[in-house]
Amino acid sequence: MRALVLAAVAAAVAAAAAEIAPQDRHSGYDFAGPDTRAMQDDDTANPGMLGVLQGETLWAAKTGAAGRSCADCHGDARTSMKGVAARYPAFEPALARPLDLEGRINRCRSEHQGAEPLAWESADLLALTAFVAYQSRGLPIMVRADAELRPFVDLGSALFHRRQGQLNLSCSQCHDDNWGKRLAGAVIPQAHPTGYPVYRLEWQSLGSLQRRLRNCMIGVRAEPYDYSAPEAVDLELYLMARARGMPLETPAVRP
Amino acid sequence: MARVLINLPARAKRGELIEIKTLIAHPMETGYRLGPTGGAIPRDIINRFTCTYNGEEVFRAELFPAIAANPFITFFTVATESGEIVFSWTDDHGNTQTEVRQITVE
Ligand code: HEC
Ligand code: HEC
Repeated sequence: MRALVLAAVAAAVAAAAAEIAPQDRHSGYDFAGPDTRAMQDDDTANPGMLGVLQGETLWAAKTGAAGRSCADCHGDARTSMKGVAARYPAFEPALARPLDLEGRINRCRSEHQGAEPLAWESADLLALTAFVAYQSRGLPIMVRADAELRPFVDLGSALFHRRQGQLNLSCSQCHDDNWGKRLAGAVIPQAHPTGYPVYRLEWQSLGSLQRRLRNCMIGVRAEPYDYSAPEAVDLELYLMARARGMPLETPAVRP
Repeated sequence: MARVLINLPARAKRGELIEIKTLIAHPMETGYRLGPTGGAIPRDIINRFTCTYNGEEVFRAELFPAIAANPFITFFTVATESGEIVFSWTDDHGNTQTEVRQITVE
C-alpha cells in the first residue's frame, strides 16, 4: 500500500514540473488582496514611494572621495535610467559575471564615487534601487539571455528546480506546480520578480528580491545564500529571464 | 525630516467634501520588540497627528503602538475657503514635523 502511494506521488511530481505557459503567467499583484492592490495602485498610499522619494534625494547627493553624485554622471534619471532595471541582472565584463541592480549601484559607488559600498538591505541602497527601478515602471522585463549570460541563467534554473532544505522542496514545486493554491494563509504566487524592491507588509519596509529569496529558502529550512552571493544573483537572473516581457511594477506592494 | 506624501485637491468648490491622504515615513517601533542582544528596543512612535485649515483644527488623531510603520492617515473635510492646510506629526521624542499645502476654493 505504502509503495503504491509513493508511486502515485512520484507520478504526480513527474507529471507536473512543467514551465508556466506565457499566457498563464501572473504577477504577484494578481494574487494579492484588493486592499494590497489598492495600496500599490495609489502612489500617495503606496509606502514604497517613500523609498523612491528618498532615492531621488540620494541620486543628487555628492558623496565619496570623488565628491560626485549619481546625477553628475548620469544626469536626469528619468531618461538615463529608463529601462535599465528591466534588463538587470546584466553581464559585467570586469567580473565575467552578472551583476544585479544593487550590485551595479554599489559598483558605481566604489569605482566611480570612491565611496564605501552600501550595506545590503540598508535603507539607502533600497531607496536608490527603488528610485532607479521606478524609472522602468510599466516597461517589459528585457533581460538578455545571450551567449554571455546564458550559462548563468542555466545555473539559476538548476537552483530553481533543485530540491533543497529539510523539507526537500524545490522552488519549482511551489511556484510552477502549485501556484494559486494556499500555503497556510498565503496564496502561492508564481514568483515573478516584477516589483522589486517591494514594500512587503509583513516586513513593514522595502526589501530586495534577495531578501525575498532568503525568506523562501528559510521557509523550506535550507541555508539561505549570503547577500550578493553568485548563486543568489544567478537565481535572480533566472527569475527575470522567466518573467521576460512582463511589466515592472516597482515599487510593488506584497503581503 | 521624514519623507511625507500628501494628496489633496489643489482646487475645490465651496462646500465640497474633499478627501485628504497622508503618508509619513516612520518605523513606529512598538517598544515591545527585543533587539539582537535581548534588550527591549525603545518605543519610538508618532503619537499625535493634527490638521488645521486656516488655523482651525479640522482633524486630530492619537496614535498608539501596534499601528504599522509608515502610518497612512486619510480623512475628509469640507472646502470652506482658500488658504493653508497644515499637517503636523509629533513623535515620542517631542519632535514635530510640519507640512503646509495650499488649496484654492472657488
Ligand atoms: C513551500 C512553498 C514554497 C517554496 C518551496 C518556495 N516558495 Fe517562494 N513563495 C512562497 C509563498 C507562499 C510566497 C508568497 C508569500 C506571501 O505572500 O507572504 C512566495 C513568494 C515568492 C516570491 C515573491 C513573488 C512576488 O510577487 O513578489 C518569489 C520571487 C519567490 N517566492 C521565489 C522563490 C524561490 C526562488 C524559491 C526557491 C529558492 C522559492 N520561492 C521557494 C512559497 C514557496
Ligand atoms: C563618475 C561617474 C559615475 C557616478 C558618480 C555614478 N556612476 Fe553609475 N555608471 C557610470 C559608468 C561609467 C557606468 C557604465 C558601467 C561602468 O563602467 O561601470 C555606470 C553604470 C550605471 C548603471 C547601469 C546602467 C546600464 O545601462 O546598465 C546604473 C544603474 C548606475 N550606474 C547607477 C548609479 C547610481 C545609482 C549612482 C550613484 C549612487 C551612480 N551610478 C554613480 C558612472 C558613474
